[in-house]
Amino acid sequence: MVEELLVTARYNAKVDPSLAIWSWEIPVYLFLGGLTAGIMCFAAYAVLARKAADMPFTHDRFALWAPVVLSVGMTALFLDLEHKLYVFRFYTSFEPASPMSWGAWILVLVYPLMVLQTLSTLRRGYPALAGWIEQLPFGSAALDQSERFRTPVATLVIPLAAGLGIYTGVLLSAFSARPFWNTGLLGPLFLVSGLSTAGALALIGARLDCEKHFFTRTDITLIGIELTLIVLLIINLATGAAQQQEAVHLILGGDYTVPFWLWFVLPGLLVPVVLETFELRGICRFSLAASLLVLYGGFMLRYLTVELGQVSTWTDYAIQFDPQLLLRLTH
Amino acid sequence: MINYAMVIDTTACIGCGDCVVACKNENHVPAGLNRDWVVEETRGEYPHLHTEFRSERCNHCGHATCVTNCPTGASQYWKDTNIVLVAAEKCTGCKACIAACPYDARLIMHPQGYIDKCTFCHHRLEQGLDPACVSTCPTGCMYFGILNDPDSQISRLLRSRTHKTLLPETGNIPNVYYLV
Repeated sequence: MVEELLVTARYNAKVDPSLAIWSWEIPVYLFLGGLTAGIMCFAAYAVLARKAADMPFTHDRFALWAPVVLSVGMTALFLDLEHKLYVFRFYTSFEPASPMSWGAWILVLVYPLMVLQTLSTLRRGYPALAGWIEQLPFGSAALDQSERFRTPVATLVIPLAAGLGIYTGVLLSAFSARPFWNTGLLGPLFLVSGLSTAGALALIGARLDCEKHFFTRTDITLIGIELTLIVLLIINLATGAAQQQEAVHLILGGDYTVPFWLWFVLPGLLVPVVLETFELRGICRFSLAASLLVLYGGFMLRYLTVELGQVSTWTDYAIQFDPQLLLRLTH
Repeated sequence: MINYAMVIDTTACIGCGDCVVACKNENHVPAGLNRDWVVEETRGEYPHLHTEFRSERCNHCGHATCVTNCPTGASQYWKDTNIVLVAAEKCTGCKACIAACPYDARLIMHPQGYIDKCTFCHHRLEQGLDPACVSTCPTGCMYFGILNDPDSQISRLLRSRTHKTLLPETGNIPNVYYLV
């Protein structure tokens, strides 16, 4: 038996009784970052594969969503900072050992490419917006140049967007102090999930049957890979060190079993796969419901992963001090 | 590089908590937050129980994951030592360092928003003084000094006594030693 009690008062905000430093903001950022990566990859694929006729939404209208979605994600990230006025400090140094620093600088590369990718789609996808931009100084030239370099930009976008998608997982997996996160599978898992959620979003926007079928087929495959990666992640943690075994127990009989399997895996992965399979076989039309569930699942994956990492720990004191008791005394 | 370390004799510690109070007074730690704390660990099965008291704080690790994970360089080593400090003017409050600490030894300083932690009272070291917790300890069970000086008191203690560090398996190379 080993029992560790805190005999002096310690109830540090957001650290005790268990780590709670990241709330909804980080999961939202990780979800939207992955979604952005997926949007950019599919939009680039449609250009490189010359799918203008078969996939008009992806080819000409999808790219615009990337900067919108990523900007919302960045806003969530900003809201999470405790020292907001010092946000510029991310760009006054580069820390090669810090994944978060890599992420900040990857975004500096991603944003201009994303803007170029979006500009190149506007004349065909959003003529009214293109018309407005053409009235700006250099607007017309910017649109001309972006269209001229559309293929090279798409070629660059794919590795960079894949890097962004993987980064959203590596950001967490680099924390060796959090056993649930400390697995190399989070990077690929978040990338595949990001592609899957982008496919689901495209499924909502696409109008042509052939484009819808492409994304339905793709999404089924991606969800299959995602489920495989989740199984691998569980095997990885369950066969790891004691702390990792304790961490994975949280979803295998522990406190997070019901949220993980009933709130995430079932409605966010399994049900959409069934609905999309029905859709593909022409049994019923469920594409909107399936897409919304995939998007929900993508968010839940990040939300639960962020929670599980914070709850899993190397240190586990029984906190004797309860600040609520003090409050009762003073009232 | 100067490797500072703290050595705490768990066989002499009575868990009085004076080190905690001394730290709060010396560093003006806001109410409700603590840079150090005392743990009572009981091992074994009744009636063969063994209890030890440990005064715990940031371990000022030789390989501090809070330093490597900081995206802005705010979490840094002080001068050419292993003392980990946070430069408030570089800290964005992203909390990566808190997540990166396997000892959960960092705290959030409200309302300013930057991260705060034990500094081994480096301001006192500059004056040739021990950290406040060490100076205050009524049983004299806490020692502070330079680990890579073989003639220092802590080096001699560690050579002559059985000791341990917390969670050395993390690879963080902690610098708070406990005599057992």
